[in-house]
Amino acid sequence: MKEAVFVFSTDLLAYRFRNDHPFNQMRLQLVKELLEAIGALNREDIVKPRMASDEELFFIHDPSYVEAVKLAGRGKLDPVKAENFGLGTEDTPIFPNMHEASALIAGGTLAAAEEVMSGRARHALHLGGGLHHGFRGKASGFCIYNDTAIAIKYLRETYGVRILYVDTDAHHGDGVQWAFYDDENVCTLSIHETGRYLFPGTGNVNEWGTGKGYGYSFNIPVDAFTEDESWLECYAAALEEIAAYFKPDVLVTQNGADAHYYDPLTHLSATMKIYREIPKLAHKIAHQYCEGRWIAVGGGGYDIWRVVPRAWSLLWLEMAERDGGQGEIPASWLEKWQKKSSYPLPAVWDDPADLYRPIPRKQEIEEKNRNVLNRMLQFIGQLK
Amino acid sequence: MIVEEIMQKNVKTLTPKNTVRDALQLMQKERIRHIPLVDGNGKLAGVVTERDIKEVAPNPFFPNEQMEKLALPLEKIMKTNLLTGHPLDFIEDMAALMNDNRIGCLPILERGKLVGIVTGTDLLQTFVDLTGAGQPSSQIEIRVRNRTGVLREITEIIYEHHINILSVLIYPDRKNLDNRILVFRVSTMNPVTLISHLKEAGFDVLWPNMPGMPR
Repeated sequence: MKEAVFVFSTDLLAYRFRNDHPFNQMRLQLVKELLEAIGALNREDIVKPRMASDEELFFIHDPSYVEAVKLAGRGKLDPVKAENFGLGTEDTPIFPNMHEASALIAGGTLAAAEEVMSGRARHALHLGGGLHHGFRGKASGFCIYNDTAIAIKYLRETYGVRILYVDTDAHHGDGVQWAFYDDENVCTLSIHETGRYLFPGTGNVNEWGTGKGYGYSFNIPVDAFTEDESWLECYAAALEEIAAYFKPDVLVTQNGADAHYYDPLTHLSATMKIYREIPKLAHKIAHQYCEGRWIAVGGGGYDIWRVVPRAWSLLWLEMAERDGGQGEIPASWLEKWQKKSSYPLPAVWDDPADLYRPIPRKQEIEEKNRNVLNRMLQFIGQLK
Repeated sequence: MIVEEIMQKNVKTLTPKNTVRDALQLMQKERIRHIPLVDGNGKLAGVVTERDIKEVAPNPFFPNEQMEKLALPLEKIMKTNLLTGHPLDFIEDMAALMNDNRIGCLPILERGKLVGIVTGTDLLQTFVDLTGAGQPSSQIEIRVRNRTGVLREITEIIYEHHINILSVLIYPDRKNLDNRILVFRVSTMNPVTLISHLKEAGFDVLWPNMPGMPR
């Protein structure tokens, strides 16, 4: 059995709304080449994504929505109808062959799930996936098909396993949460910047699930300008506690890399440190409860030059148990990509201690986040 | 918005002849704090609140004393001379009425019969619905001078970005009465260019400010 596989194909880069759109899968290429440059990714690690079938998309999506996406990709969807499906908006503009590009992403996450469940690999990573805002009948927040929810549903239907979904994207994992809100076999945990201002606005700590799923949905909305220590305190305490309470068969993690200080769409003040620590704990949990079964996907991440390549490389290095994420970034990689980047690329793996000016109300922010965490832990205590 | 849109229609009631014990049990079972009392004709006779009950129910420190109070009929302790509302009343007016009189519930009557109840909890829920994110969206707050046309200028800019506005709230600026705070929920995950255009047009965007930059 392989320790880990890496789902990749350049065809995944076809998921591109517009040249100036912040969601840019070019980052997949950047990550892959960075890993190759440090000798941590080989041809035998790579698994190709496949197209998800319509039936697989219907696990989560309405047939009428899938039909609308197909029509839109051929330029044949009526603009009024398009808006009802969330298509042709500023966030999810219509682009040629958008169905094919989106179904390939969904199929990539399914392929990752199959690798793990077949026992060919202990862990599988599909950085093209993690489109957690996709809804049953509506595109939202740069997401068309919710690949992760589809794969979770596939795991439920095919293997009957219980799944813990952990979402560390800076935005609330709303699409996945609502897809399994009444399901006691899928437990969701999302840590994100508070939705008071930030998209999508949900993900409050009191969203505990409904019906049979009550007590299987967890959220930690952290304050704007939250820094590494406070973020990691919330993550570690919540994940340890929830894993012990839920005891999953399979771990699915969404690894949006947009909580970093540099990210242009969010207001958190995390550094590369959290991207070192997030996968370490996930890895431990996967072995402790799931016999290693761990499927990881990407997600947000809008500083595709300075943040995403390092963050997602660290994720792979942890999954595959390989070295290389220390010290300097290879000169060959820097040389190739610096020309295209609008910012100077970081030359080392870790961020400097003075990445940003000190946050004025640091202690109050930490205290507020701890209150939110404690409310969640208290609730879990009552469930036991 | 009118009262019948938010009132609880499935009202738990008792009669004035029921006892304190009955009221206590109903409040615990249904997790409610107000019980309208209706007579045989469905007419509202009074209301008992959690506080009325607690004043006569046995004290937890002396649980075996005054047990006889549990058998008291509610008509001995109920509030009469009640303020009530009508299903067509405006919620805003009823909220003001409840606030002015410092009461926690308002029985709603139609042709003299009890048809619903509005409590402080229902008003809070309405507030949560009005200010929350019913659909995926980002929130933008802008401080403006209180003058004609300012909302139009801002919505014009939002329109130019083809972004749908899901809600608009206008608050007074508590620090300066010449100002207003406009709060928009807009259906986009990427308000960054919109915000920079609003700023270029001279608007004071309070939040979000640019990522990573504490004000």
